[in-house]
Amino acid sequence: MSSKTEPRGPHPWRDTALPALTGIFMLAAIVLVFFVVPNEKVQGVTQRIFYFHVHLAWMAFGGFVFVAIASVQFLRTGSQRASQLALANAEVGLLFTTLVLVTGAIWARPIWGVWWTWDPRLTMSIVLWAIYAAYLMLRRVGHGDDTIQRYAAVLGIVGTLDIPLLILAIRLWRGIHPAVMLSKDPEAGLRDASMIWALVISGVALALLFTWLVSLRARYAAIDDKLEALHLEDSHT
Amino acid sequence: MWQIARKDLLIEWRTGEILASMLLLSVLIVLVFAFTLEPARLHGPAFLGGLLWATLLFSGTVALNRSFLLEREGGAWTALALAPIDRGSIYLGKMLANLVLLLLAATFLLPLMMLLLGTKDLAPNALLPVSLLLGMIGFAAIGTLFAAMASRTRAREVLMPLLTFPLLAPLLIAAARTTTAGLLGEPLEAVRSWIMLLAAFDLVFMVAGWLFFDHVLED
Repeated sequence: MSSKTEPRGPHPWRDTALPALTGIFMLAAIVLVFFVVPNEKVQGVTQRIFYFHVHLAWMAFGGFVFVAIASVQFLRTGSQRASQLALANAEVGLLFTTLVLVTGAIWARPIWGVWWTWDPRLTMSIVLWAIYAAYLMLRRVGHGDDTIQRYAAVLGIVGTLDIPLLILAIRLWRGIHPAVMLSKDPEAGLRDASMIWALVISGVALALLFTWLVSLRARYAAIDDKLEALHLEDSHT
Repeated sequence: MWQIARKDLLIEWRTGEILASMLLLSVLIVLVFAFTLEPARLHGPAFLGGLLWATLLFSGTVALNRSFLLEREGGAWTALALAPIDRGSIYLGKMLANLVLLLLAATFLLPLMMLLLGTKDLAPNALLPVSLLLGMIGFAAIGTLFAAMASRTRAREVLMPLLTFPLLAPLLIAAARTTTAGLLGEPLEAVRSWIMLLAAFDLVFMVAGWLFFDHVLED
């Protein structure tokens, strides 16, 4: 085992700079979204949730792709670090997907009149949610079991293979998901410069938050694995 | 590969254990649908394809769950892993045996459901067997891979549907759609993209299973 798999101690970037930056950007994003940007013409105040909703979705999606990459790495090299990163990304990705579903429902109620509808992207999100919930379940069942960790890695890869097929399948239905930025109405959509700023800043804030949470979760996983190894050593002697 | 499929089917032929429980369960699920959804309202031909797939999914999951039980209990797992053949072939053999079982169940269930829940609007055409076959290949491909995994854990019965149902989502959407089209006698042109999707799903997950079975068997 190389020293890289050892849980590391205090880490200036992860423990100080990252949370501080996340806090600053998140605060700026909140100020921009709630106090600075004007209301969107068509959707009014409800549209403001979109500054968070869209980025949450992208982060979650990126996290799931990363689960697959880390899983491939784990299967090829057996690196515990890759396995821990896959777990961390899946868990934070699942959290973000949950938030996407919740913010989406809050937005949909006043705009579409329903909390939920079987629109392609909604369907996609809930199926992805289920796939990664199952992934985490498998990780939990197989905690400390190398074989099941490998099974979970296979699921992490197969789950990503499923995504393009899922997109195809659900796109064959008709969609009503909004494409605000491509609106044909020249007065609607992101007209004000502050709206673009709010979008960018909240994007950075959520990307930082995602990274920070993943790094914390990966560290926790590393400590957890170490503890497990110590328990095993203990029970052998 | 053929040997493994042959062995599994031979055991099944002599005992009839899995197929019998699967068929009985299917009949019961059809009864449950009839009780809970009111037979009168079920008599929409548009629902029949969906109901058929829901029934096949539930009873099929139970059957697939048992496909590695004999190996696990009989200690043949290690023997399989040590056998001097390509692991991918073991997967394909297992998958083939499961596919035959699923298809047998489907050929029994289809006329039964058409009889009990069907209407006069039904005009089955050649699309129906194509849709069922393509759907079942994908189901067997995913099911065999994850049954092998689930058989290793104690929470086997719960884990299997948890792992497979979300992955099967695109397959179920496409299969229910094309089966209904086949039952209503729609032309192939109407559902061409759905059929392509089913074929793509089958291909992707058969290759994935074939490649990854190496990691699953290695204990």
